[in-house]
Amino acid sequence: MSLAYYPGCTLKTKARNLEEPAVASMEALGFKLDEVPRWNCCGAVYSLADDDLIHQVAPVRNLVRVKKAGETKLVTLCAFCLNTLKRANLLMKQDVDKRNTINSFIDEGLDYSGEVEVVHLLEVLRDDVGWDVISHMVKLPLRELRVAPYYGCTLLRPREVAIDSAEDPTILRDFLKALGARPIDFPESTRCCGSYEVISNPDDIPEYTRAILDSALNHGAEALVLTCPLCDYNLARGQKELVKKNSGFRRMPLIYFTQLLALALGLGPQVCHFELNHGSPESLLREKNLLSAVENVRPIGG
Amino acid sequence: MSAKQTKRKPATAARHRARKPAATAVKEEKKAPVREEKKIAAKLIPIYIMGKRYEIPEGLTIMKAMEYAGYILIRGCGCRGGTCGACGTVYRKPGDYKLQVALACQKTVEPDMYIAQIPFFPANRAAYEFAGLTAAPEEIFKLYPELFRCVACNSCTKACPQGIEVMDTISALKQGNITGAAQLSFDCIQCGLCTSRCFGELAQYHMFQLARRIYGARIVPRAEHLAGMVKAVNEGKYDRMLDQLKRIKEDELKRLYQEREVEPMGAGEDWKPKDTTYL
Repeated sequence: MSLAYYPGCTLKTKARNLEEPAVASMEALGFKLDEVPRWNCCGAVYSLADDDLIHQVAPVRNLVRVKKAGETKLVTLCAFCLNTLKRANLLMKQDVDKRNTINSFIDEGLDYSGEVEVVHLLEVLRDDVGWDVISHMVKLPLRELRVAPYYGCTLLRPREVAIDSAEDPTILRDFLKALGARPIDFPESTRCCGSYEVISNPDDIPEYTRAILDSALNHGAEALVLTCPLCDYNLARGQKELVKKNSGFRRMPLIYFTQLLALALGLGPQVCHFELNHGSPESLLREKNLLSAVENVRPIGG
Repeated sequence: MSAKQTKRKPATAARHRARKPAATAVKEEKKAPVREEKKIAAKLIPIYIMGKRYEIPEGLTIMKAMEYAGYILIRGCGCRGGTCGACGTVYRKPGDYKLQVALACQKTVEPDMYIAQIPFFPANRAAYEFAGLTAAPEEIFKLYPELFRCVACNSCTKACPQGIEVMDTISALKQGNITGAAQLSFDCIQCGLCTSRCFGELAQYHMFQLARRIYGARIVPRAEHLAGMVKAVNEGKYDRMLDQLKRIKEDELKRLYQEREVEPMGAGEDWKPKDTTYL
């Protein structure tokens, strides 16, 4: 089965370690992530100013082009892209005046009113593949791995674009269970990593990091599972600063959920690009014997 | 601008100056009818150059029309063949809000065009030592950080007289796809019209040039047969033939040129001339 897929700029440069294991894993699960042919930046941050329509143009143009290509559903992988695209989509569905202004400015010869459904890969795994099927397809269960699911903000907030309950999300926990890992619940799993504060107040980032990682560690986690390249950047940067300042702080490996999926499906470390991970998880994964590829991984029905 | 061009520059500070209005310059509010006694073969049509009305024989290009109107072009004209990018021009027609773009040397005038040339648009080109550049996308990000100011408004694409998908090319660069950017922008002639329209104040055409340079030097595989050919040339494989050629009399040279065998259009890779003596 083929799915229209929007990667986002960061996944093509700094976060290929989020994308490449996802594409390989989905193929192993019998789904082709089919990159949409013409896409531009998602807009990066959803503009909250009520009259700032120019910054809605980038996300909406992507959606218009997806509609033009005859697709009705768009799979995203970057948490920020999901958030920006989904909120812009909602605006186009709900606000007729703004919709008309944006449509007429975008000038693509096609009016858009929110017809494309924007989803995150985790939703595809939950709703289209199913935890049971994934669990059945696992070749290398992540049995001894105690990992804390970290959502950050943009998958769950605001509520109207959330992929799960904003208060008590379970989607990453269910995902990790399906891979055979031991998910570690911790209260900071939806706390903000600092996000774009890293640009205006970079010195504040270590304190965001400390609160999240100390909590995960105290609840028994060996690594943090991420979905967002900006969370990865901030948590890695924050850790580095904390280690520099304070000898008592213990580093924690950061792993993208797609890397764990690929490992569990037996696709081996080569599709995971661990060399791009900021908080290197390789020694932990080696210790748990999770870095060996398993032969003969075949797609469902293949 | 070269010294030679400077000498030719009219005394006035204005770049474009009507020296002697050969065409009938008429005030906009009084549209004078075409005078019958003029007996010009071509039909005259009205156009507006920088807001001033001129009557110009139809069928001229914008560039020729400007010269007909008396302008001496010392900038904003170059090859006159649509490839140098010096004569980027914008125009509008009454009743249409859309801004149109053209190369002045290529576009034929149409009645009631309001024309302004944009022969140059300020755009900073990053300084770099090419020898030290790799094919990593971050090289371009560092040299042109304003790349990320693009809001996908697509005004650049609409402004391209070459029909390049300019915004898609910018997107390719943001995505680290230097090959894609180089291929999409292959027809760019650096006229700068995209840059003149950019909401994010990007200098697209300089970025594209860098992408094409990196693509050509770092990404495309080297043509191995070329190295072999250069070696053969250096080793004197063709020296004897060139010496022979130099000794041939002019008439004989002309005859050889006229009778030469030309590769037919659409000939395949393995085409060879009948006489293979010089291969």
